Order: sequence, then C-alpha cells, then structure tokens
Amino acid sequence: MFERIQELLSPVVLAAIWAACKAIIILLTLVVSAAWMIWLERRLLALWQDRYGPNRVGPFGLGQVIADMIKIFFKEDWMPPFVDKFTFVLAPFLAMMFMMLAFALIPITPNWGVFAPDLGMLLFFAIAGLAVYAVMLGGWSSNSKYSLLGGLRSTAQTISYEVFMGISLMGIVAQAGTFNLREIVLWQEQHIWFVIPQFFGFLVWCLAGIAVTHRTPFDLPEAESELAAGYHTEYSGMKFGMFFVGEYVGIVMVSGLTTALFFGGWDGPFSEHVPFLWFAIKCFIFMSGFILLRAALPRPRYDHMMSFAWKICLPLSLINLLATAGIMLWAGN
Amino acid sequence: MADGAPLTLPETVRDLFARFGENVFTLQTTADGMPTLWLPADRVAEVLRFLKNDIARPYKMLYDLTAIDERLRKHRAGQPPSDFTVVYQLLSIGRNTDIRLKVALLGEYPSLKTIVPIYANANWYEREVWDMFGIVFDGHPHLRRILLPPSWVGHPLRKEYNARATEFDPYQLDALRQDQEQEALRFQPEDWGMSRGTRDHDFMFLNLGPNHPSAHGAFRIVLQLDGEEVVDCVPDIGYHHRGAEKMGERQSWHTYIPYTDRIDYLGGVMNNLPYVMALEKLAGIKVPARVETIRVMLCEFFRITSHLLFYGTFAQDVGAMSPVFYMFVDRQKAYDVIEGITGFRMHPAWFRIGGLAHDLPIGWELKVREFLDWMPKRMDEYRRACLQNAILISRCRDVAAYDTAAALEWGVTGPGLRATGCDFDLRKARPYSGYDNFEFEVPVGAKGDVYERALMREEEIRQSLRIIEQCLNNMPSGPYKADHALTTPPPKERTLKDIETLITHFLGVSWGPVMPAGETSQMIEATKGLNSYYLTSDANTMSYRTRIRTPSFPHLQQIPSAIRGQMVPDLIAYIASIDFVMADVDR
Repeated sequence: MFERIQELLSPVVLAAIWAACKAIIILLTLVVSAAWMIWLERRLLALWQDRYGPNRVGPFGLGQVIADMIKIFFKEDWMPPFVDKFTFVLAPFLAMMFMMLAFALIPITPNWGVFAPDLGMLLFFAIAGLAVYAVMLGGWSSNSKYSLLGGLRSTAQTISYEVFMGISLMGIVAQAGTFNLREIVLWQEQHIWFVIPQFFGFLVWCLAGIAVTHRTPFDLPEAESELAAGYHTEYSGMKFGMFFVGEYVGIVMVSGLTTALFFGGWDGPFSEHVPFLWFAIKCFIFMSGFILLRAALPRPRYDHMMSFAWKICLPLSLINLLATAGIMLWAGN
Repeated sequence: MADGAPLTLPETVRDLFARFGENVFTLQTTADGMPTLWLPADRVAEVLRFLKNDIARPYKMLYDLTAIDERLRKHRAGQPPSDFTVVYQLLSIGRNTDIRLKVALLGEYPSLKTIVPIYANANWYEREVWDMFGIVFDGHPHLRRILLPPSWVGHPLRKEYNARATEFDPYQLDALRQDQEQEALRFQPEDWGMSRGTRDHDFMFLNLGPNHPSAHGAFRIVLQLDGEEVVDCVPDIGYHHRGAEKMGERQSWHTYIPYTDRIDYLGGVMNNLPYVMALEKLAGIKVPARVETIRVMLCEFFRITSHLLFYGTFAQDVGAMSPVFYMFVDRQKAYDVIEGITGFRMHPAWFRIGGLAHDLPIGWELKVREFLDWMPKRMDEYRRACLQNAILISRCRDVAAYDTAAALEWGVTGPGLRATGCDFDLRKARPYSGYDNFEFEVPVGAKGDVYERALMREEEIRQSLRIIEQCLNNMPSGPYKADHALTTPPPKERTLKDIETLITHFLGVSWGPVMPAGETSQMIEATKGLNSYYLTSDANTMSYRTRIRTPSFPHLQQIPSAIRGQMVPDLIAYIASIDFVMADVDR
C-alpha cells in the first residue's frame, strides 16, 4: 500500500500536481485581482472626477467588491423569453473563459506561469480571435436590435484590429527569434526591453490591446450613450457579471502581456529576489492607464475607427516589421 | 380696444394693404404692439406666400401657430365673430419685426386649409392645434395626435373640456387597456410612408426612446436604419405633456408663475420673465431699474447653469465620461448663489408681476463675486479638455449641419440659429428688461454643425459672466417692486392708513389681480432659443388663453431633415447639440 503511494508520487507526478496547484493559484489571483480592479477603477475615476467613489464598505471601500459579488450571485437569473437560450448562456462563459485562457500563456516570474508553449504567441492570437465570438454571439442571441448593433460593431472592429495586432508583434518575434513568451522575456533580460527597439510596434499594440478588451475609446460595441449597453443589454444577474468580470480579466491579461512583451516581464533591479513585485508594478501601471483612458477620452465613430485601423495602424505596423527585418539583415551581414 | 393703439401703421401692414387692399384685413390692437391682422380663411395661403416670398426682407420663419377657443370670451370688441381663431405669428430677421395673422373660424369643429406647403414647420403646430382644439387642417400630410396618445378622447384646450382630475371619472388602467395603449404606440412604417425594405434587403426600425440614455428625457425617435445609416426617422413627442397651457386657464395670474419655471426646467426664473413682462405690458406697469437689473442677473445665472448642463451631457453623449462631473460641480456653485438670493435652487419662481419676491439679501455681492472669480478659469480648462479634443472634433465637425435658410424654415432659434451665421440674439436685436445697458458679444458661427452649436453655448457662458459682472458693478438702488395697483402682491405700506388701499390690497391678494382685457405677449432669448408667452385676458383673475411658444418644439421637428443619410452616432451627437428638455417641448 505504502509503496504503491510512493510509486504514484514519483517526481513527475509531484511536479504535475505542483504545476496544477500553481495554475489554480494563478487563476484565483487573476480573478481576485480582476474583481479588485472594479474597485480600483471606480475609485480612480472618482478621484479624477472630483467624487468619492465607493468608500463605505470596509477600509477604503475595499469590501464593495465583495458586496457587489454577493448581490450579483443572488440576483434572479432572468432570461428574456425571446432569446436563443443556448447561445445566450454560452456567450458570457466564452467571454470570461477566453480571457482567462489567454492569461495562462503569460510568464509571470522565472518559476511561475501556467503554460509556455513554443507557439505561445500564435496561440494568443487564436484566442483573441475567438474572444470576439463571445460578444458577437451575445449580441446575436439576445434577439434585440440594440444588442445586434453592438454585436455587428464588435465584429467590424475585430476584423480591423486583428490584422495589425499580429503584425505589430512580429518585430519582436523576428528579434527574439521565438514565439515562446517566456523566451521573449528572457531575451529582454539579456538584451533590452522591446519597448525601445520596437517602439512603433508598441504603439500599435497598445491600440490593438485596448480593442481586444472593448474599453474606451474602443467601447463601441457597448457604447452606453448610443446603444444603451450594446451586446449585453438583455443580460442580467451572474451572466452579466461574467461579461463584466471578463472585461476586467481582459484588462489584467492585456496588461500582463504588454509587460511580458515590451517591458521585460519580471525584469528590474533586484528582480532575482522580487520578480513578482516588478511584474505586478508594471501591470498595475498599465491597468491604471486603461482607467485613465476611460476618464479622459470621448468615443470615436466606428467608421473613423476602422479607417484609422486600415489606413494608419496597418501601414505603420508593416513598415515597422520591414524596418526591423531590414536592420537585422544589415546587422547580420 | 383700450390698450394704446399705434398712431401710424407698421411698414408690413402698409405693404399688405398695398398688395391686397385694406378691406381684406381687420386690424386689432394688442397690448404688445405687435401688428395683428384678421383675414378671411380663403386668403391665408396667398398672404403667407406673399409675406414669405414676395415681400422685401421677408418673413421667413413661422414663429408660432396656435388657436384660441373664443366661444366663452366676453371682451372681443372690434374683432370679427369667431368660435375658434387660428393664430399665425411670423418673424422676419431682416425687418426685426413680427406679425400676427388671425383667422376666424365658425362652427364646433371647423376646418382650415393646411399651410405645410408654405412653411414646413407648420406640420407639428397644426397637429398640435388639431390635438388640442379639434380644428381640422385640410390637406395636412399626417394629421394625427402629437402631444396626447393616439387613443385619447376629446380636445383638451376646448372650453368644454374639464381641467381638473376631480371632474372626470377615476382613471383606471387594467391589463386589457394597457395592452391596447401599448399596441396603439406600435410604430407602423406604412403610416409614415416608409417602406420596410428595398428589393435586396430589409430596413431595421429601431425604437430609440422614450427611455434611452441619450434621449434627454422622455423622447422617442423611431429610426429607419440601413446598417447604422439613418435612412429616415420619425420623432415622437408628448410623453412629458402636462397640460401647462390648460392650467393657465384655471390658475390666477399670480399663482401660475411657478408653473412657468417648470416649462424649460433648466431655465428656472428665466421662464418667469416672458410671462411677467407680458403681463406688465397688459397692466401698464413700468418696473424699476433695480428690478430689471436683478432679473437680468438671475436670468444669466440660469443661462450659465443650463449651458453647463448642456456642455457636460453633450460631452457624455459623444462618449467622454468625465466632463459632466466637473460641470455639475460648477453648476452647484451657481446654484449656491441662486439659492442665496432666491432661497431656492432649480425652480425659484422668484419674479413677480411688477417686481420680485423680495430684495437682494445682504452680502449677495460676495457670493456673486466668488462665482465670477471661480468660473472663467474652469471654462478655459474645459475648452482644452473637451472642445479641443481631436476625437470630439471628429465626431462633431460637419455633422448634422444646416444653413440659415433651413434653420428659418424649421423655426430654429437661439444658438442653433446663430451657429449658421445668422446674427440674431433677441437681447441685442430687441433689448428687453434693460439688456441694452450691457456690453456683451453675440457669438456667431458659420457652418451650423454640431461642433459650432456647442461652441456657441460655450462662448455664451463667458458672455453671461460678463453681463453678471456688469450687474454686480452697477446694481441700481431703488425699490424691488413697482408702485402699481396690479403689482402682485401689491405694496402694503399704506394699507393700514386708508380703507380703499386696504380693500384693493385684500382683493389683489385673495383673488389675485384682475388684468384688463386684451392680448399681450413677450418674447425673450431663453437658454434654448426664443421663448414667448402669448396671453389673452378676458378681464378676469385668470388667463383666458395662455400660449407658450417654446424653442425646443420646432427644434425637434427639424431632426429628420438634418440627419437623413448620417449614422446613429451622429444622431446622438446631433440630439445632444440641440440642447432640449422635454418639458420645453411638450409643456
């Protein structure tokens, strides 16, 4: 009996269990920080808008998130009679799932990270491409005109932004010589943060990253003042909650990815002792940036948005890739 | 009638007499001195065409179209016999004058030929007159109810229609009736001559409102969409109708003042101004200079608060989240001053016939000064943060643009008219309440698009600050009430010294003042455009007919003509730039 257990707990199995534990810890941290980000956003917006924001529940109103979660869990899970039931339920699951799945690719510290496949970046593109289905299906299955318009907008937006999102990162792939995100971070540790050699790639990536999360100024699918709430007009209760938290998970994910791709991941002074601290600080700065954008910018019209994508961002990312390749060839010779 | 006939005939009346002969018209004198002519129903189209197209400096704008139920009116000396009178009021920018044309109609449910082919904006006005009086306009393209639901029975502004809820059976809304009412509101494109699709694809009919974040109140607009392009649209109003005109017929002249506050509910006391000034003309009251200056100062405060709300919500409608919060903070600061002076914030109802409710409080200068020191630097910040934002400009430039001719055709006034390059601000063109004593500029645009309409209001806030500053520096001393028997409440000083004054005072306070018979009106440059009250007195304690001409009503009527072929986000920006409140539309 004892031997059998010992046999089962061979180093390989132990490593697998430990990896699973790590994955769960990362998942929980991600969800908690996404939920906590709702509080952060409300407080920061309030700060910038001369208001208080939630400050009653717990210290600094930190308990607000818990209170909101309890409320939304116990809310009646009402479904309008006219919706396409299966797709209607599926959409919010997809919204949250894809964003979490993409986070699995992000190398957090030298030892932490769920999954680092060799084609990690391509996998990320695939997931980001799928994520639009959540919004599209949500908009379509609601069987409401506002939702449909929101769904259409998000599709149009994705078609324009997917294209150059990939190209904007190809400069990194060319320089680091790998699609593996962990190796990209390691390359930056040895050489230089990609934000400097790939500055134009970074600019374009920022736009694409915001577009992936549907945040201001790319919040056209839900454009509150135009489409009431766009694709999630008909959602309530926890299903709405999943769209909502999914959005914040997306923000954390894109911030983490930006950190890993352009800002050296965990790299920083004393990073051998506190790698996670550096990762967290960098993420926090980008997350706050998302909120600042929301506080500061109006919403462009979606055809302006699309022509901007095709006429400016796409050529810019192509030129960036060509220039990177040219310089590498010249330096290689 | 006894209220001061003009000695010489106005130019327009001479032109009309020269063209059609004197016998066609009957001249009526009114307390407001506006040329008022009666003419036979069959000559209306001809005369209107002449005034609009053939005369020099023409009357391009149909300013108002309304009716009076004359059946119970006693004091009508010199006027042709009439059961229902339809009143047309035209405005000429070139002549800077108005003319009022009246048509006498006989019978219980009379009819008249429509004038929609001449003035496009007569469409809604004629629907309103039909809705309220039951007067039929022959040849009208869509003569259906506008302010009341389609299922309504009766025409409320007719004299036989009761005003009080207690005079009706209790209202009941059971499930069946609720379904019927809802079904009656269902939009049928065919009713409006719209097709449901082309050969290749269907249009989407999107019901925007009456409950929508950007509809600014209970306003519904049904869009015919091709993708996100607005092919056509039908605005639907009346969800905020509260019968303000009917209430004028059962409130005393004095107790009606608080109702006016709630017409343009962002305009506060500025709504009182045309009402009390019209009555002062009728009663022959000349108010002291101090009263005029205080009135101007408060009106400008309300212009600022109204424009600030516009500014913030406009930014919000084009997707900017923060400005509205800053502007509400500033609005509160303005309301603090207003509250300090009047004791109330949004609806002070502070002006009185012949004066004000009370004098300025001690220390008012400090509060006003504090606001004047605070506001200008905030305005500079807003311009940088909001109006100069590239995304905002790209959303607003060349969107829903119209020219001066279109603006006049649709009866557009206020910043919406000035943005087209037409320099017409009533405070300059026809100064009232002492506006000629102030130095200020009138911002004028050129393109008439959404962006310029916003720009006009932004600049008007600065000009209002200038006016308030001049009020502060040059506030005249003197009484806050005119010394006149019809001033309400009347001066009380001598009441305990002689019995006649006491009796007059007692009646004036208990019944309310009895206004001499006659007709009067006053037009002002309100926050949203030209607002006027046209009051008919039958020598009673109450008005015989109260007509409130509000600027927002024609502004909404114009929407389809300005937005066709543009997109849904443009429509949202356009609706924001109109700056309307539904109470100002539906009354």
